[in-house]
Amino acid sequence: MQTPFFRVVYGIVAKDLQAEFRSRELLSLMLIFALLSLLIFSFALELDRLAREEAISGVLWVTVAFASIIGLNRSLTLEREQGNLDAMLIAPINRAAIFVGKLIGNYLFALLVGVLLIPIAALLYNLPLINVWLFIVLVFGTLGLSGIGTLLATMTAQTRTRESLLPVVMLPLALPVVLTAVRATTGILSGQPAENWLGWLHLLAVINVVYFAACFIMFEFVVEE
Amino acid sequence: MRANLSLSDVSLEQPALVRAIPRALLALTALTLIGVGFGLYMALGFAKADATQGEVQRIFYIHMPAFIGAFVAFAATTLGGFMYLRTRQVKWDTLALAGVEVGLVLAAINLVTGMIWAKPTWNAWWTWDPRLTLEAIMMLTYAAYLVLRASITNAETRRRFAAVYGMLAIILVIMVVMISRIRPDTIHPTVFGPSSQQARGTFELDASAGMSAALGVNMLVWAVLVPITLMWFRICLNNLTERLSLLKARLADR
Repeated sequence: MQTPFFRVVYGIVAKDLQAEFRSRELLSLMLIFALLSLLIFSFALELDRLAREEAISGVLWVTVAFASIIGLNRSLTLEREQGNLDAMLIAPINRAAIFVGKLIGNYLFALLVGVLLIPIAALLYNLPLINVWLFIVLVFGTLGLSGIGTLLATMTAQTRTRESLLPVVMLPLALPVVLTAVRATTGILSGQPAENWLGWLHLLAVINVVYFAACFIMFEFVVEE
Repeated sequence: MRANLSLSDVSLEQPALVRAIPRALLALTALTLIGVGFGLYMALGFAKADATQGEVQRIFYIHMPAFIGAFVAFAATTLGGFMYLRTRQVKWDTLALAGVEVGLVLAAINLVTGMIWAKPTWNAWWTWDPRLTLEAIMMLTYAAYLVLRASITNAETRRRFAAVYGMLAIILVIMVVMISRIRPDTIHPTVFGPSSQQARGTFELDASAGMSAALGVNMLVWAVLVPITLMWFRICLNNLTERLSLLKARLADR
């Protein structure tokens, strides 16, 4: 008999959250990286006030994307190394439920890093970033990144090159998400009227739905043994 | 070489050996070569020079058809991936791999001809135009496909993962096609349909000057004949490599 779909999802998410709550490994890694990235960008681009305003949405999203890659790698490589992935595959559970469970865990971490990052960026870059719409873009953007990332990280965790491969295969495919999120963020932050950037947000939502459906279907092919 | 007795069991199989290059492919190759020559004549000689841009516009007859050819090849990768996951027949994976390699070559032709055209028209080899940048990223996506394949040892897993990634990668190709409609700030001209306001180097296809005919011929050659011929060769090569490793393994067993 199969365990019901949502109980599996709940079980995996609870396991990931509990492990993270005990070790605090993943979140601290992602957060320190994100902070470093914010500071290094500011140095490397020698941003003055105007340039900072123009660059902030790009800096923010590149940082979130890379931080989520760190989290994804860690989360899926651990499953693989400790044999948990194999155990889940043997268990009488729906494969797609494993995908949704891992996705929600990864998504929560990425979103949390993003949410913590925004006030810090607002402080460091001296910009009014605390904005409901920006939060909504973050909710959608990190969801898209986590969706495609969970599928691809499950794949790369099973290759010889492991962690180093994920950014190479993920960044180009994450581009539609990053591109639309950056455009929406820029529109919101530069105080343009909603009709100028709402289209980007819609497009981002559509891309999310398409990506989620594609990854949901394809996940069973990347965990077949 | 038949005197080499250690290879005798190999020689015995000779009648069963499929022709390395089928006759149909040889005929198609000849047709493609003639087509490429004829296409060049149509582009460089038959069509009249563009009224505003002059001779440099002629590169367009290869530039755009080469992209469509890359599109066809990458579409073959998507089809190959889809069919592989459904049927699990190795031939579909071979088609997908052939599509990626041929598509990369045609996309490179598209990019290089575009750069040669851009130098006199936009006064720079490379601009950070959305379409150019996306096409470069698209090529890197398919390069990542090859890296992904190379880093998986198990053949069955490699085919499966490659199928999934090959199907996802088509998104980038579609984005390159769509981007000049989504982002109106591109300077890349659109020949069919309205160009963006900022487009530089736009021109009209004048049928009476032989331009439509030149484009039509080159489209047939570069978007249909060239990708199919090259992919077919790539599949033949793959079959030969597989056969070679099979024979090597058998020799090692003796």
